[in-house]
Amino acid sequence: MSIKIENLTFKYSEGTQFETKALDNINMEIKKGEFIGIIGHTGSGKSTLIQHFNGLMKPEEGDVIVEGKSLKNKKTKLKLIRQTVGLVFQYPEYQLFEETVYQDVAYGPKNLELDEKEIKKRVKYALELVGFDYEEIKDRSPFDLSGGQKRRAAIAGVLAMKPEYLVLDEPTAGLDPAGRNEILGQIEKLHKKSKITVILVSHSMEDIARLVKYIYVLNKGKLHMEGTPKEIYSQSEELKRIGLGVPQIVDIMKELKEKGFEVNTNIFNIQDAKNEILKVIRSNENV
Amino acid sequence: MFKNITIGQHYPIESFIHDLDPRVKIVITFLFIISLFVVNHFAAYLFVILFLSTVVILSKVPFLMVLKGLKPILIIIIITFLINVFMTSGEVIFSLGPLDITKEGLRQAGFMGLRLILLIMGTSMLTLTTSPILLTDGIESLLNPYKKIGLPAHELAMMMTIALRFIPTLMEETEKIMKAQKARGADFESGNIFKRAKSLVPLLVPLFVSAFRRADDLAMAMEARCYRGGENRTRMRQLGITKKDIYAGIFTLIYLGIVIYSRFYW
Repeated sequence: MSIKIENLTFKYSEGTQFETKALDNINMEIKKGEFIGIIGHTGSGKSTLIQHFNGLMKPEEGDVIVEGKSLKNKKTKLKLIRQTVGLVFQYPEYQLFEETVYQDVAYGPKNLELDEKEIKKRVKYALELVGFDYEEIKDRSPFDLSGGQKRRAAIAGVLAMKPEYLVLDEPTAGLDPAGRNEILGQIEKLHKKSKITVILVSHSMEDIARLVKYIYVLNKGKLHMEGTPKEIYSQSEELKRIGLGVPQIVDIMKELKEKGFEVNTNIFNIQDAKNEILKVIRSNENV
Repeated sequence: MFKNITIGQHYPIESFIHDLDPRVKIVITFLFIISLFVVNHFAAYLFVILFLSTVVILSKVPFLMVLKGLKPILIIIIITFLINVFMTSGEVIFSLGPLDITKEGLRQAGFMGLRLILLIMGTSMLTLTTSPILLTDGIESLLNPYKKIGLPAHELAMMMTIALRFIPTLMEETEKIMKAQKARGADFESGNIFKRAKSLVPLLVPLFVSAFRRADDLAMAMEARCYRGGENRTRMRQLGITKKDIYAGIFTLIYLGIVIYSRFYW
């Protein structure tokens, strides 16, 4: 089972002089259990694309097939699609509205018309999944939480619907490094623990590099490249040309290699880089 | 869903009407509204229509755009028309069950309907040809004399400018929050009126929270740039009366003279 995007094209202000293609013939297939990244800078069509994943936007040209159900088909129940594909928008903390964290997280399951017992179970499940102590947090006002906590509470609000796919749009935007690590760490754990499919959308290579197994690069509405992080980062010149970078660590390793150190350039995180550099230094000492 | 809101929409092109001083345009609009209520027979409406069409043609705003302004009040026009048709007593021409249609009723209804339509079209000419910023500048300048009796003219104008400035921002915000709640299974479209009103809570609470946050930020940013109200404030765009304004003024006065004459001497 998967989310399948077929020849998806989306135009803004169609038929006027302002017509722009936000999406241009996109094809992709996201299989269950994957951890993928969608990257592209502002205006590349990322947000438009992910709104097609759960039917907030209907495919005008081309098709989106979620778990075998076409979004073009009028019989497809949108509520069911939205439950299957959980979408966490940018700055999700701005959607919080209830008096307590419990009630806010329960909003989604309530819309699914579940019974009280199941709702309680799901709220507990979701809050614990994002790293909260259920008893401690449930009666607090969502407006009293810190920035990172608010965001986690909002993510829990989507998780409580038990989606099989979780799409996160810029989940670290506007957070300080601590909040950033907190969120990314939780997402990683979440993927490992619940086997949920995660689609991480970002313009930051650093965030994507840490976690994902497969990357789609969007540029001006087109799918520009796709591949494993290794394949993508080996084309750093091309990435820079379209206004994206590679993670700093990839640049450092590349430069070391150019300076004559025999390091492995297929390294995307700091821990591995440290080990690699130490290894090379030690082998040089031995010579 | 918010794409078809045209109230107060500015149509930015260059024309004789666009170039007029906003104060002159506001005063002319005011006089035009008064003239509508001075008119007391159909023939005199010809002059009103002539005046308005001259303005529309000079402004180069597509006529369809002007008509669009009528859409939101269409229901009010229809209701006014119907009430006048059925509720005026006089010579009965036609009976519809307990309701009588009278000659006077038809006349009154036609009058009211026409008056409302011309009123809306006239005032929307003001907003179509004047940018919101210029409009508030004009209002501030016109209200200035009343400062002496304690009217906070500058503050009022500033509040209006800010309110206008934030309409598109809040629309965008509304749409964003709506999408986020829809992603959590919210349903804004179905159910009876109470259910629908209740379904707006998850939309309105975050919207108010963010509006207050924005207001706070804006106040802070204004203070950081030493904003201290209207005292001794100069402006980038100085308003000034030109020849065009004088022509427009003379034209309006002639029109007003004809309308007043038509009421008392025809």
